[in-house]
Amino acid sequence: MTLNWKLGGLLLGLVFFGAVLLVKPIGVSTQFVILDAIVGNTVNPDLITQTEDGYTSSNAYLAKSGGKYATNAANPLNYSFVFVLAMAMGAFLSAMARGGVDTDERRLPAIWYANYGDTPVKRYAMAFLGGFIVLYGARLAGGCTSGHMMSGMMQTSISGYIFAAGAFAAAIPTAMLLYRKEG
Amino acid sequence: MTSIILAIVIGAAFGAVLDRIGATNPNWIGKMLTLTHLHLMKTILLAIGTGSVLMFGGQMLGLVDVGHMSVKTAYVGVFIGGLLLGAGWAAAGYCPGTGVCAAASGRKDALFFIAGGLLGAAAYMLTYPAWKASGLLDGEKMTLGAVPGTEYPAFFNLSGDVLGVVMGLAFVAIAFALPERLRGTGEAVAPAE
Repeated sequence: MTLNWKLGGLLLGLVFFGAVLLVKPIGVSTQFVILDAIVGNTVNPDLITQTEDGYTSSNAYLAKSGGKYATNAANPLNYSFVFVLAMAMGAFLSAMARGGVDTDERRLPAIWYANYGDTPVKRYAMAFLGGFIVLYGARLAGGCTSGHMMSGMMQTSISGYIFAAGAFAAAIPTAMLLYRKEG
Repeated sequence: MTSIILAIVIGAAFGAVLDRIGATNPNWIGKMLTLTHLHLMKTILLAIGTGSVLMFGGQMLGLVDVGHMSVKTAYVGVFIGGLLLGAGWAAAGYCPGTGVCAAASGRKDALFFIAGGLLGAAAYMLTYPAWKASGLLDGEKMTLGAVPGTEYPAFFNLSGDVLGVVMGLAFVAIAFALPERLRGTGEAVAPAE
């Protein structure tokens, strides 16, 4: 069911091009911060505060660049946040249209089963830890696979090449170490 | 309102394509990163190349607004962050976008990935002042060549849009040149869906 790489690559390229043609380059990882800020501000309403000309925050990261992140968290109905929600919806509809991900896969991916057997709790712990490192790294780098690697290299941005070099330098040995058996 | 409609259309298209190319499937990510099946790598390289050629070609013809480009700052933290992201990406089989899409398509482990991600992003929010003070976040927004109509400093003193098209074509060529697998023996085996 996976698309041939020539058709898949062309379609993915058209989406990245369409985004920059109509609006701006695609990016995702910032929205994890925005969601954190929305939740944080619900628990502690002093996190994001309104100023004369916008929003700011008691958190230095949310307040940086003129309160850009604080502003987006205060107004979640903005392009970038809705983009990520729509992305989830698009993936859901596409998966449903091809008959859905099968039950075993949803519980545990085959590559994990091949290497570590029927150990879903371990897998979930690994996914949680992986998620923590991925988002910490993405925020430190200022972008993720979408924003830095794909949108960045597409625009011949030096930061995109630096990011891709770092990501693959760590990802390939880590994957070889953790997943010795082919799934 | 227009921007919200565009967000819905482009976002949904992005999510659907990520699902169809196998990027939201940790088995495909594992195959790519262990170099045992490079199908997804070829897809990604072709996509970057296609996007680059269309964008820079369109800019040269005056059909694409150069002002829509958004180049990120290059600094030492980009490399360190890239290393961290790479390690987590390999371990989990998800990156931020594909993790969200995988959770939406019903994968349970992806929900744990998102939970970990929200905590990781929060941890960065709290530790940001230390990184800022270290100077590792200081740098410049730089492109490979000088892109007409932008203020970005250029790494090489060459025409940025011509270089962009050339780089795009190079990505396409690499996508075609890469073999199905670099490690292991026999036919590269596609993972289960």
